[in-house]
Amino acid sequence: MTPRLISAFKPSLLQSSEHDLCPGCGHAPAWRITLDVVAELDLKPVVLAGHGCYTQLMVNSDVDSLQTLHGRAPAAATGVKRMLPDTPVITLQGDGDMVSEGLHEVLHAAARGERITALLFNNGVFGDTGGHMTATTVVGQRTKTSLDGRDAEQHGYPIDVGRLLAQIDGAAYVARGAVSSAGLVARTKRMIRRALELQLEGAGFTFVEVLTMCPTGWFVGTPQGPEYLEESMIATFGIGELKAPSAP
Amino acid sequence: MTKRLLQGSEAVAEAAIAAGCRFFAGYPMLPFTELLEQMASKLPAAGGVCINAASEIEGINMALGAAATGARAATGSCGQGLALMQEAIAELALNELPLVIFNMARGQQDYFQATRGGGWGDYRTITLAPKDVTEAVDHTQLLFHLADLHRTPVILYGDYVIAHSSVAVDVRPLAFPPTPPKVWALDGSMTGSGRARQIWTWAQGKPNTPGPGPNRAWQTIAEKYDHIAGIEARHEVAHADDADILLVSFGTTGVFVDRVVEELRAEGLRVGAFRPVTLWPFPGAALEAASRGCSHVLVYELNGGQMVDDVRMYAADRSVVRSIGGVSQDGSGMRQGALLDAAVLRRRVLDAVGLTEGAR
Amino acid sequence: MTTILTRGTVRIDVESCKGCDLCIAACRPGVLHMTTDRFNQRGYRYPELSAGCTGCDACAQVCPDFVFEVWKFEEPVDLPPGLVPDAAVHRTVAAFKDDNH
Repeated sequence: MTPRLISAFKPSLLQSSEHDLCPGCGHAPAWRITLDVVAELDLKPVVLAGHGCYTQLMVNSDVDSLQTLHGRAPAAATGVKRMLPDTPVITLQGDGDMVSEGLHEVLHAAARGERITALLFNNGVFGDTGGHMTATTVVGQRTKTSLDGRDAEQHGYPIDVGRLLAQIDGAAYVARGAVSSAGLVARTKRMIRRALELQLEGAGFTFVEVLTMCPTGWFVGTPQGPEYLEESMIATFGIGELKAPSAP
Repeated sequence: MTKRLLQGSEAVAEAAIAAGCRFFAGYPMLPFTELLEQMASKLPAAGGVCINAASEIEGINMALGAAATGARAATGSCGQGLALMQEAIAELALNELPLVIFNMARGQQDYFQATRGGGWGDYRTITLAPKDVTEAVDHTQLLFHLADLHRTPVILYGDYVIAHSSVAVDVRPLAFPPTPPKVWALDGSMTGSGRARQIWTWAQGKPNTPGPGPNRAWQTIAEKYDHIAGIEARHEVAHADDADILLVSFGTTGVFVDRVVEELRAEGLRVGAFRPVTLWPFPGAALEAASRGCSHVLVYELNGGQMVDDVRMYAADRSVVRSIGGVSQDGSGMRQGALLDAAVLRRRVLDAVGLTEGAR
Repeated sequence: MTTILTRGTVRIDVESCKGCDLCIAACRPGVLHMTTDRFNQRGYRYPELSAGCTGCDACAQVCPDFVFEVWKFEEPVDLPPGLVPDAAVHRTVAAFKDDNH
């Protein structure tokens, strides 16, 4: 009677599973499904990562990698993909990197229809610098720069970058998932797979946003992370495919 | 040898393509715009990609990505646009990525920007400052070679005059010694091998293939620039062996200096000319030799005094170094003004050495 | 003696765990329980497996620290209730890296 392996300890494309991310961090499960999809599709991508807690996940991964300047991954990815049109190109950024610093670059890459897959691991804070407000921090969320909770009058409103991208003609696929439950992890994995498949078909710019827990940045205990994510980020931004090609 | 009448921007574009440039991204800005137009027109036919970027920052980051794949890539702007690119230039240097950056400067000569840079960390850029379109064509090709040879961003310091002058020029491909294979370039082929590649300023490598880390990596890069400084300095010098007065200039102003030097020498004045061709590495040893015995070392640059600092540092006698240039814009603020004039330069030289017209 | 029908099992890398508890909530048959007075080398409590695992993989999917290896049996087995004794594994915990090379 031979048991069947369902999940190895770590994805084959992760050289090391040791990392310094906080207990309860959602970035690692989000990167796990990404690497699993890449391996399942038998791809050999170039990965470009921005600056954030997730950077060390790219560092630990057995993928040809370029560390980019904060916010600039979609621009650098453009240069990579134009020179290597047959190589899958994946960018990995947090919300601080993509929606605060790099909003310009991601919108323009989408407008140009660059055939890359841009991933946004969105936890609504600048985690790496200690938990500060970003452009996706939701109203009411406490951070070190909004200690009484984000107040629209004082701090403005969060930006739903998925919704912006869905309006751009060059964007072929725009989806938002989350890792707050095993069910959502599975659903998000399907989104990432679809995005990469569409890149391989040359459909245009593909984008998957993954809402991830940051209990440290959110001032909550680790078991409360998923619930807080659902009540704050899912409630504000929603889950689902915001733009997808019609079924063949 | 076939010479064609070409605008400087067109000649430089052809030179870049002759050197193997296959990616260009830039943002329009006078007087760089024509170079972008020429690359947009010519590069696709040569099998390359030219993107009109949505900002200078985006353009140089695109070019950085292209360079990371091992392609010969370039970007450019004028000094105002290069100001935006400083972080990316440092990033290129600390990643040891080659890139050619064209500075088609406006009226001010941004020597500090071209040699000190506004990025962070211990990096330099090999910066070549041609005096005319003919030199610019050769320098362009040399820069693609030097960038690959030394794995560094490099700058062509051009300007409004070079960009817009039409000159009979032969853009023939120059031959260079081979450069090391780009084993560090990313193409996805090492993904899943257990030894995937990584380009990262922090240079810590990956778990299977640890790197030197930021301390050792940045020390090594600083040492590399010391090494480059010892071997890549270039200069042009005329009549230094008998000169009592040495005129020092760079870029387009060098043409005006050459003219005034010949004129004054014909009138019996012992004047010589020294022109750093590389702004960095600055040809300090050559300047020291050329300035020995001079009672006047006059620096003619179109700014408030920038290269004069380096001239003072290397001149045989720093006490005889003076600035005879200055800030000089035309009315639009886009190009050199009244100071870029042989007659004005001549008068300034004579005033500086205590001679007035007709009193010799 | 009562037995629990068990369709799968997990191996638990005890030393990798950071005690976040997310697997406990994710486990559909509710067979994971955090230790209360035992800790790994880093000082975190960690999960232990009881009989009744279905091999659903939820724990591995939500775990931030790659703690679980998940297996499914060809045929369900009957296990005595209580802890599955050999689920825990102890992989090496990397020493703190010296950043000053």
